[in-house]
Amino acid sequence: MVTGQFLRKLGAAATATLALMPAFASAQEIGKGHPEPGQFHLQQSVTPIMDSIVAFHDGPLMWTITLIVLFVLALLVVVVVRFNAKSNPVPARFTHNTAIEVIWTVVPIVILIIIAVPSFGVLSDQMTVPDGERRYLGENIFSFGEVEVPAAEMTVKATGEQWYWTYEYVDQGIYFDSNILGTALGNYTDHEKPGQPRLLAVDNELVVPVNTTVRLQVTASPGGVIHAFAVPSFGVKIDAVPGRLNETWFNSRETGMFYGQCSELCGKDHAYMPIAVRVVTAEEYQAFITALEESRDYASAVAVLPAIQ
Amino acid sequence: MSEAHLEAHATGHDHVTHDHHTPTGWRRWLFSTNHKDIGIMYLVFAIIAGIVGGLLSGFMRMELQEPGIQIFHGLASMVYGLDGAASLDAGKQMFNVFTTAHALIMVFFMVMPATMGGFANYFAPLMIGAPDTAFPRINNIAFWLLPVAFILLLMSLFFEGAPGSTGFGGGWTVYPPLSTMGHPGPAMDFAILSLHVAGVSSILGAINLITTILNMRAPGMTIHKMPLFAWSVLVTGFLLLLALPVLAGAITMLLTDRNFGTQFFAPEGGGDPILFQHLFWFFGHPEVYIMILPGFGIVSHIVATFSRKPVFGYMAMAYAMVAIGFVGFVVWAHHMYTTGLSLDVQRYFVAATMVIAVPTGVKIFSWIATMWGGSITFRIPMLWAIGFIFLFTVGGVTGVVLANAAADRALHDTYYVVAHFHYVLSLGAVFSIFAGWYYWYPKMFGYMYSEFLGKLHFWTMFIGVNLIFFPQHFLGLAGMPRRYIDYPDAFTLWNRVSSIGYYVTFVAMVIFFYATWEASRKKRPAGDNPWGDGATTLEWTLSSPPPFHQFSTLPKIDSKNAH
Repeated sequence: MVTGQFLRKLGAAATATLALMPAFASAQEIGKGHPEPGQFHLQQSVTPIMDSIVAFHDGPLMWTITLIVLFVLALLVVVVVRFNAKSNPVPARFTHNTAIEVIWTVVPIVILIIIAVPSFGVLSDQMTVPDGERRYLGENIFSFGEVEVPAAEMTVKATGEQWYWTYEYVDQGIYFDSNILGTALGNYTDHEKPGQPRLLAVDNELVVPVNTTVRLQVTASPGGVIHAFAVPSFGVKIDAVPGRLNETWFNSRETGMFYGQCSELCGKDHAYMPIAVRVVTAEEYQAFITALEESRDYASAVAVLPAIQ
Repeated sequence: MSEAHLEAHATGHDHVTHDHHTPTGWRRWLFSTNHKDIGIMYLVFAIIAGIVGGLLSGFMRMELQEPGIQIFHGLASMVYGLDGAASLDAGKQMFNVFTTAHALIMVFFMVMPATMGGFANYFAPLMIGAPDTAFPRINNIAFWLLPVAFILLLMSLFFEGAPGSTGFGGGWTVYPPLSTMGHPGPAMDFAILSLHVAGVSSILGAINLITTILNMRAPGMTIHKMPLFAWSVLVTGFLLLLALPVLAGAITMLLTDRNFGTQFFAPEGGGDPILFQHLFWFFGHPEVYIMILPGFGIVSHIVATFSRKPVFGYMAMAYAMVAIGFVGFVVWAHHMYTTGLSLDVQRYFVAATMVIAVPTGVKIFSWIATMWGGSITFRIPMLWAIGFIFLFTVGGVTGVVLANAAADRALHDTYYVVAHFHYVLSLGAVFSIFAGWYYWYPKMFGYMYSEFLGKLHFWTMFIGVNLIFFPQHFLGLAGMPRRYIDYPDAFTLWNRVSSIGYYVTFVAMVIFFYATWEASRKKRPAGDNPWGDGATTLEWTLSSPPPFHQFSTLPKIDSKNAH
């Protein structure tokens, strides 16, 4: 039967595509801390929270939604091939089938419950600042928590302004502004740090130590508007609301530069207030923060760190 | 055709009244109390607003085709006579104004007038065998408030908003403080007034349609025999009635915060910007179902008609819409996962939001079951309906992804969200509107369009909109925030593909207008029922177009026959 053959081929093609898909996604080279050209995947994770977001999205969510879409598509193809007016000149008259109706109500509920289990786990991790005792899910989102995360050792406060960020080392009481580079030329192309991407590079990065839990407080300036602080590779996104102090946390296991962008419409220069977090070794951070405490001047403190292009 | 419908057919024709007082000329339209004429006016209005909203998005896609600022500094220098850095700055704000206007126009002046204005007004009374709506004069004022609201919104584009530039650029969500201290000029007040007037229009329309459907069904048509489109209009009417007053309250508070010194949303006075978000989304989430539910109704009829088979699971289909409408009111804060809601609140909204997937799944599978075993002809409306089912499924599953606060952490306010809601609206609701247009065009105008042009329109549009919106999922996953005039160079590829998709869609719209023009020129008579014995609802028993007043003798519905 032609239809049967067609369906078998279709099935084979679908299976092949499915088998390829996750491999395809992970085969793509993804840079750390920033998007890569043509990227169609979440940014690479460097924190336990982003590990679980990636595992949750690429695992249960992607598989479920891909299979559902392919299933609906397959049903539509069958309907089109088998039940067109030529193949099936006399329509059936049935309008009910209790069994199938129960199935397509109950099966989605079961699928949703299966999704909900890791969903609630990852959400709880995101919303709970580590105390040193609690175990986090990390990549293994169906576990009861395996990843040890140290208690928060330092607090940084990010304040959204129109249109830049102010960062404060709360424990030291020192703050500085962080502005996009390249404004003078209008096109943001040529700036003082040519090695860093256009629209992401800033003059003063937020410097934090590696493998350290950082408590992050986020707000917006009084009399200002709402912004949102986001660093995709950390799995952090939280609104900066005037009059409110929001709190989240991150713990980067890698050094390097990690970028994010304002993620709540805040006016004319919404696209021009990037976030750059520079993660350095514990020794480098110690040197930096000591210099900062002495000079209370970001520019001279950051000079103790290796130069960046 | 069933006996009931044959009987209705007979009454429909034998008692066509020739009203000698039928108004003519401009009086027929301005003073119209006729649900069909008002329906046509709504559709024309929606098309005009759709052209404006569509062109606005064209400027946005042209801008985003390449990294860097391409056209908006030029537009700004044309409008304001600025140059250099000043034109760049004005251009950035103008982009935000275009984004905001595109959304407000498409939501309030294109989709809602087309579905709840045009199709609901024209066909809900016909389908339930009513001579007109319950409150014909309310119907008139409900329509004529809409051009007023639209003009107010367009005027707002030309008044000062943010200091030094015109128009409101704070997004359709009008979040304070950006909509209060961020836009001190009168542009925002015009936008608020526009939304108030549009809201009054929609509430009046909803009251009229609810009353019509509850009170004016033909003898024998119990509520559980009513066609599914009438069900969808009934449910949508209640959503409008309950949701819009909340928006009206919220934007009135915004108005008094702006002009009369209240501090509802101002933290410095003890107010809370997040309170506005709760109020807005208590309206805003039902609003998205207001936009899609009538489409559900339209698609049900088209699928049944062209499968020549009754709708599968009628009761489940009707009550799935009721369930979606009900649950739609208790999920609003899933738009606010990043605002700092507590863990427990987020858990509740995750669970409640995912529940909506169940009745939505029931609808998708029931449409497929309606086709299963059918004898399907792939006429133009059916192509749009099948396209709708598939694309709405794609948009629906990304909704399940976003429902999970844990995943939303990465995707919130990125292009993934833009892709998601355009799949359910620009590909979902708009496809259902085109399905309805091609399904009822012969009934409304009495002529048949070209089958070839209709197919060409469908396939061009199908390719175009998928090219626009599918790559936007990739942009969102990679982290590109929404409402950005410029982006890091890494996002260039998918933005370019998306912009190419816009041009393809633009060509599709040109084909649509040509097809409509061609149909009006060629005047191929459509006949009372061009779709054959699968089309069983009452409108097909009338002439095409129907008489100015129909059902002066009410049709009787056979008790054995449902829907």
